[in-house]
Parts: sequence; structure tokens; C-alpha cells
Amino acid sequence: MSFARSFRLSGTGAPQLATLAVILFANWLVFPEFFDLRMQDGRLFGSLIDVLNRGAPVAILAIGMTLVIATKGVDLSVGAIMAICGAVAATMASDGYSLPVILIAALAVGLVCGLWNGLLVAVLDIQPIIATLILMVTGRGIAQLITEGQIVTFTHQGLIAIAGSSFLGLPMPVVIAVVLGVAAAALVRLTALGLLVESIGVNRTASTYAGVDSRSVLITAYVVSGLCAAVAGIIAASDIRGADANNAGLWLELDAILAVVVGGTSLFGGRFSILLSLVGAMVIQAMNTGILLSGYPPELNLIVKAVVIVVILVVQSPVAGRLTTFFRRR
Amino acid sequence: MSTRKLLLGAVFSCALSFAGAAAAADMTIGFSQIGSESGWRAAETSVSKIEAEKRGIDLKIADAQQKQENQIKAIRSFIAQGVDAIFVAPVVATGWDDVLGEAKDAEIPVVLLDRTIDTKDDSLYLTAVTSDTVHEGAVAGEWLAKEVAGKDCNVVELQGTVGSSPAINRKKGFDEAIASHSNIKLIRSQTGDFTRTKGKEVMESFIKAEGGGKNICAVYAHNDDMQIGAIQAIKEAGLKPGTDILMVSIDAVPDIFKAMADGEANATVELTPNMAGPAFDAVAAFKADGTVPPKWIQTESKLYLPDTAQAEYEARKDLGY
Repeated sequence: MSFARSFRLSGTGAPQLATLAVILFANWLVFPEFFDLRMQDGRLFGSLIDVLNRGAPVAILAIGMTLVIATKGVDLSVGAIMAICGAVAATMASDGYSLPVILIAALAVGLVCGLWNGLLVAVLDIQPIIATLILMVTGRGIAQLITEGQIVTFTHQGLIAIAGSSFLGLPMPVVIAVVLGVAAAALVRLTALGLLVESIGVNRTASTYAGVDSRSVLITAYVVSGLCAAVAGIIAASDIRGADANNAGLWLELDAILAVVVGGTSLFGGRFSILLSLVGAMVIQAMNTGILLSGYPPELNLIVKAVVIVVILVVQSPVAGRLTTFFRRR
Repeated sequence: MSTRKLLLGAVFSCALSFAGAAAAADMTIGFSQIGSESGWRAAETSVSKIEAEKRGIDLKIADAQQKQENQIKAIRSFIAQGVDAIFVAPVVATGWDDVLGEAKDAEIPVVLLDRTIDTKDDSLYLTAVTSDTVHEGAVAGEWLAKEVAGKDCNVVELQGTVGSSPAINRKKGFDEAIASHSNIKLIRSQTGDFTRTKGKEVMESFIKAEGGGKNICAVYAHNDDMQIGAIQAIKEAGLKPGTDILMVSIDAVPDIFKAMADGEANATVELTPNMAGPAFDAVAAFKADGTVPPKWIQTESKLYLPDTAQAEYEARKDLGY
């Protein structure tokens, strides 16, 4: 079970990387300075960096979402968990707690949220889409309670540094996303965890009879998803120096699911790749940034996005795959 | 306790209506508020309470949690209690005819706050107190035209949610105001969904697309939250918001006053949370001598500049924005 296995299992990732390249090329066409980079206050500055930086929260959500989807589940609550954890972090920051305390508290809240989802799915056997819908709906209310309906702002330098500082010129959210992604990929592929997740995704009953502790593995997947959402929520709050319970992470659960699907993970469970989900997140963000740079009227945003997504999914569909092999043989 | 109060209020108001006219000081008014969807909404609720207290009015607020059926229930219970007037901030525009008809039959005047409704029968409500969102955009545009005084100025616009009425109207008003000034050009316009995060992301791309921000002379944002995001994006690009780039937005929330006091924003147009004040006065005049107010009471769209920013911030920060 080597690291290379993760690539073999999910193919080479060629369709995903090609998609990303095509979108970056399209961005360069609509905006020729797309690849220009310069240093600004010790931080790289340019549209490419914006893609990485703005895509980081969705990329982090996609890490946890990949594991959940690989178990044949789905986690609709990640956007709401972002709002809750961001609210906790911002409220504590404005009360003047130290950074480690804030981080531990926000992550602990994310862990509890994930545990709640995991228990509903694994122990009570509620369908994942319903189980996580509960927190998706109530989560924003909980976040509202924490912020008392206001946008809580803070000037806590430690928390601001989470999204505002940089490492080797890269914005910190990018570094966090890459470290978490590689660590999670290593964890699932260098241990048996990945195999167990896949087996549950393919057939939970059979896996259980084969001696897999499917309950614990399922709960772990949702807990990881909750923790990822907490990290994304902390970054989102740090970025705007405040917690906006109504809007933080709004609809990002859908972007995260899309990133996972674009990354080639099957919604029917089983096959998955965390690293390709990160590529999927970058595909989505590259598209968003390209639309913003293009100067098209905003009424077209969603139409352009929808067309591109449809094309990506058609190109990646099994039928298209069979067609290409068919034509290659000729 | 509260039921007893309600009963007392109901008896009291019945007695008063028998007496003929009710002075403002003795009125009981029911207010069906949408919920706490935004900071502005929270401020509207707290300002309504303050304004009621000033006038000695007993204001009963029902929070509808963004649901029309809750508002309808609240209005019916206000009718049953026999309040002197009912205020409604309608969550949607349609579907009010039945319940407002019941209020009309009970001879309880209804005042719409902040939003209006679609109805064929405008006798269903006494008046509507709202702001003119087209005018808000115009005030922002006129300020910018005066500020640049004939110099060339490229403006980027952060729009609200695509298709929402404040976004459409605030764009329209601004466009009309700058139309006669050929020196002011709107070079980019994109939606920031009324949020800080999106405002920041869109501004980042505007800066890259316009030569690192050098081509941008002013930012016009449809709300202050997007502007606060834009201010951060400009600072991170190594420019000075408020000095290198003029910043004008709408709403007048406390945080924009803080930014103005720090010299990072130049102007904001107020969407006043005090919709209830004018409504109380209209109802009091109607009850006292039957003065029928105009069907639409437009609130003032006041322009605020940095000179009063610190004082305005202190005055607003506890209103629940």
C-alpha cells in the first residue's frame, strides 16, 4: 500500500489536470496578465495567488467531503459548521482570548458538530443527506445565537494572521490547505484507513460482516469533515476580520461536493482521491476568478459557471471515456 | 404576566377607542417584524423600541423568523387583542389581502415598514414608510460628482445580489446621477452579493484587472459590508483606501463609520433604521383628528462624511447592527 497507489486507483488524474489547464488558459485569454506575479509586502500578489487563496476554504472542505462521499454519504452541513466555528472564533477573539485557546475551542466545536452527524448516520442509521440537513438548517441559527445577530468584528492580531500572513510568499490559507490535503492523503493511503473507507462505500453490510468496524470508520469520516469545516470557518472569519453568521460559508457545501465530483470521486462511494479533490476545488475557483476578471455583466456569472461545469462533467463521464477509447482503436 | 398585560392593553385600548381619539401616549401598537436576517434589521427593531418608549407607546413586537405564515398569525393575534395600529415589515410582497382585510374590518390601521406589498386594494393599509433606494444611489453619485469636481474618474461598482430590488435601484440611481458627468466613467461592475467576503474577492480581481488598482479612482458599493471587504483588499494591494481610491457606499452601518474615522472611507448614504418613528407620528395624527397621511412616506437618505464619523459610530454601535 504505497503512496503511488492513490494515483493508480483514481487513474492518473489526467482529466482533472487537463481541465484545470484549460480553464487557466481560458483565463489567460480573457485577461492576458493572469499569470503576472509580483511581491507585495512580502507576499506574492497576482490573480493566480487569488485563485489559490480564495479556493483554499473550499479545498479544505473538499478534503473532509471526499472521505464522507467515499463512504457513500454526503455532508450538507459544512457551510453551517463554518459559520458556527467562525462565530465562536470571532466572538472569543473580540473577548480577547489568546490564539491557541480560540483555535482549540473552534476546532472542538467543529469536532462536536462532526460527531453529531457521525452518530446520526452511523448509530441511528439515518440517511446522510437527511442527517446532515438537520445541522445545515439549524447551524446558521446556532451561529446567529453566538453572534447575537450581529457581524462580530475583531482586531485580534493572532487570529487575523491565520488568513493574513504568509509562508514563503504564499498566503497562509494555501499553506494550510496543502498541508492538510497531503497529510490526509498520506493518512488514508499509508494506513488501511483508505481501504476501509472504500469498502464501506462499496458495501457497508459486507464490510461489517468481513470484520470492519464500519461504525467507527463512518463516525471518523464525519468528524474529519467537521474539523475541516472548522478550519475553513476560522480562515473565513480571519479573512474578513469578523464573523457573518448569515453569509459565512453560504452554499459552500455545494461547491465542496462539486469539487469532489470534479476530482473524480464517485458519489456512489468507493473510489476516491483527496488530492484530485483539491484540484477540483482549484478548477472551481479558477473559473470564479476568471469570471470576475473577464468584466462580463454579473447576470452572466451563473450561466457561464453552469456551462463550464456541464462541459467538465460531460468530458469526465464514462460515456465520453468509452467514446475516446473507441476512436483511439480506429 | 404577559397575558395579563395583553388583556389590560386590549381593555385599555377598547376603552380609548370608545372615547374617540387616542393620544400617542396611550397607544398600543403591534409590530410584525420579519426576523433577524441582518444587522440592519436588528437595528430597526431596537430603534423602533427606543422611538416607542420616547412617545410612551406600548409596542408589541412579534418576530416572524422570515416566515409569512408567522406574520399572518401575529397580525391576527394583534387584531384579536384590539391594538390601535399594526405595523408590518412584510417578508414577501404578495398574499396579504385576506389578513389585511380582516384588520380593515376591525378598523385597525396598518402601516407597512421598509418594504411594500403588491395589492390591488391600497385601502388595505394606511401608509407605507420606506426609503427610496433609487434616490440612495443618486445621492452617492452626486457626492462623487461633486468630490472629483470635473476631473476624470474611473469608477468600479460592487453590486448587491443580482436581481434584488435594492441592487437594481441603487445602480439605477447612481447611473442617472453620473450620466450628466462625462468625466465619470463606470469601468467595471460585478456582484458582491452584499457580503464582506464577496466584496473583498471581487475587489481583489478589480485591482488586478485595472493595472494593480492604478486605473481606479473610486469604488461605489451597494452596501457598506461589501465596501469594508473592498477596503481590506485595497490595503492588501499596498494602496490607501480613502486617499488613493475614493470610497462611497450605502447603509451607514457602524463599521463604515469606524473606517471613515480612520480615513479609509469617504462617504456613506444612510438607510435609516428609524422607519417606526415617522409611522408612529402618522398613526398618532390619524387617531387624533383623522389626518390621512400620504400613501408613501419616504425616509431621508442622508449623506454622512468623515467629519461626524466618530460621533455617529459611538451613537450607533449599540443598536444591534
